[in-house]
Amino acid sequence: MTATRAAAPPDRARAELARRRADFPILGTRVHGKPLVYLDNGATSQKPRAVIDAVSRFYETGNANVHRGVYALSEAATAAYEGARAKARRFVNARADGEIVFVRGTTEAINLVASSYGRAALRPGDEVLVSAMEHHSNIVPWQLACEAHGAKLRVIPMDLSGDLLLDEFARLLTARTKLVAVTHVSNSLGTINPIKDIVARAHARGVPVLVDGAQAAPHGPIDVQDLDCDFYTVSGHKMFGPTGIGLLYGKAERLAALPPYQGGGDMIRSVTFAKTIYADPPARFEAGTPDIAGAVGLGATIDYLAGLEWDAVAAHEADLLSYATARLLTVPGLSIIGTARHKASVISFVMEGVHAHDIGTIVDQEGVAIRTGHHCTQPVMEFFGVPATARASFAFYNTRDDADALVAALQGVRRVFG
Amino acid sequence: MANLADLYQQVIVEHNRSPRNFKKIPAATHHANGDNPLCGDHLTLELALDGDVIREIGFQGSGCAISQASASLMTAAVQGKTRAEADGLFHAFHDMITGGPDAPADAAALGKLAAFSGVRQFPARVKCAILSWHTLHAALADEPTPVSTE
Repeated sequence: MTATRAAAPPDRARAELARRRADFPILGTRVHGKPLVYLDNGATSQKPRAVIDAVSRFYETGNANVHRGVYALSEAATAAYEGARAKARRFVNARADGEIVFVRGTTEAINLVASSYGRAALRPGDEVLVSAMEHHSNIVPWQLACEAHGAKLRVIPMDLSGDLLLDEFARLLTARTKLVAVTHVSNSLGTINPIKDIVARAHARGVPVLVDGAQAAPHGPIDVQDLDCDFYTVSGHKMFGPTGIGLLYGKAERLAALPPYQGGGDMIRSVTFAKTIYADPPARFEAGTPDIAGAVGLGATIDYLAGLEWDAVAAHEADLLSYATARLLTVPGLSIIGTARHKASVISFVMEGVHAHDIGTIVDQEGVAIRTGHHCTQPVMEFFGVPATARASFAFYNTRDDADALVAALQGVRRVFG
Repeated sequence: MANLADLYQQVIVEHNRSPRNFKKIPAATHHANGDNPLCGDHLTLELALDGDVIREIGFQGSGCAISQASASLMTAAVQGKTRAEADGLFHAFHDMITGGPDAPADAAALGKLAAFSGVRQFPARVKCAILSWHTLHAALADEPTPVSTE
């Protein structure tokens, strides 16, 4: 994920990654008669055959509800579900399986913490800090929580390259601050934020930190112990896994202090009409039948990713970022939004006199899939004074040829609009 | 297969570059806002009615080429028309780009608005082309809340 290493990966590693591309069936399909060039990985990533098969296999041979039955199939399903939790623990390097809560995705993970932590900790006059580059899913849940408890949302500003202003952050941290919620990697700018530094500064004032990891996890395993964050959120579908499943990591003592998010089956120890005793985490936060097949698929995803050489992935993605950036800047009238010092392989751009949606429609005709719009970061668009951007986001299975295809397709934009 | 040249016809590209009636109407009697928040398309429409006739009409805002050109060509098309005539154009235009039952047998009957007939091949862009028309409809009906076609 560190874009500072711009050296191209060694040929052997590049060849290995090129072979991996064949693991993703959809990358061999065609759109409008052209080979698909998939550059919308920031929105969702494609799935390897191993994950697709694991989900199918679960439904074909392993499906039963979990934590309920005494028969063999239910015990096997429970083992598969809890096995996926153990894999997820290893993927983010949590201390214990109980620190992993399965959720629908990052959005639900943040809503869970905002709702439960809000009820436990937010009082009138308190403050929650978010950054200027957050996705709406790391803004709106906090606005809801602040509104419910009379607290106030404060914003850590950034500069015009898309780097957070850490001195301003330090000034915003006060005795009123009850939580910091910040993204690991910006979905619209590509900025990789200095999470360890942010956590250290917040912890120095006793303030817990939630990290939105949706855009970080696709670029390499996470180490929540090294980051020392209190909460970390992951979406399975953005890291080559199924939709509808994600992770909330929470330090054991933090989760233990939170009241339930939703009520229902599986999250209780005992229920009477007079009083209900809640289960311990993680079950306390997993009311109802979970996305069992999704969890199994996510476990298969983590197994698949374990076969990758992450140093080679980092070098390859850094090469894609620098190559695509240089090539895009040869397109007349194109400028890049988000030029932070440390960037993931995400490039937002605008073209003079052309709206992003027109760009998206035109390159689609060449089989090139990019995201256009505000990327659920309207405050970022407002900050940079643009209504929308086009965004190319690269995964490890992308190649320099994909960047070339995008640039060639953008020539078509100039043909239409002059 | 959808054809880009059908979508971005010359008249659309030209109206996007130099929109007509891109102005405020100081003596406006009706106005409405149109927003497609997921796209970021936004427009404000102002009209001055003289009895039942649209005497003056202007729009301001920003958005994709389709939404801007649509607003420009719409204002040019309805100026001087009665409410009923404008409403008739709205229905004909709507059905032309969605393939609806009131689509004119010959799109050319819509004059310059026929340039949008290619939008039908691009379902994701129908909402861009129709936003200004829904906004006009809301302005004439004095609907206070902003319009969206998403």
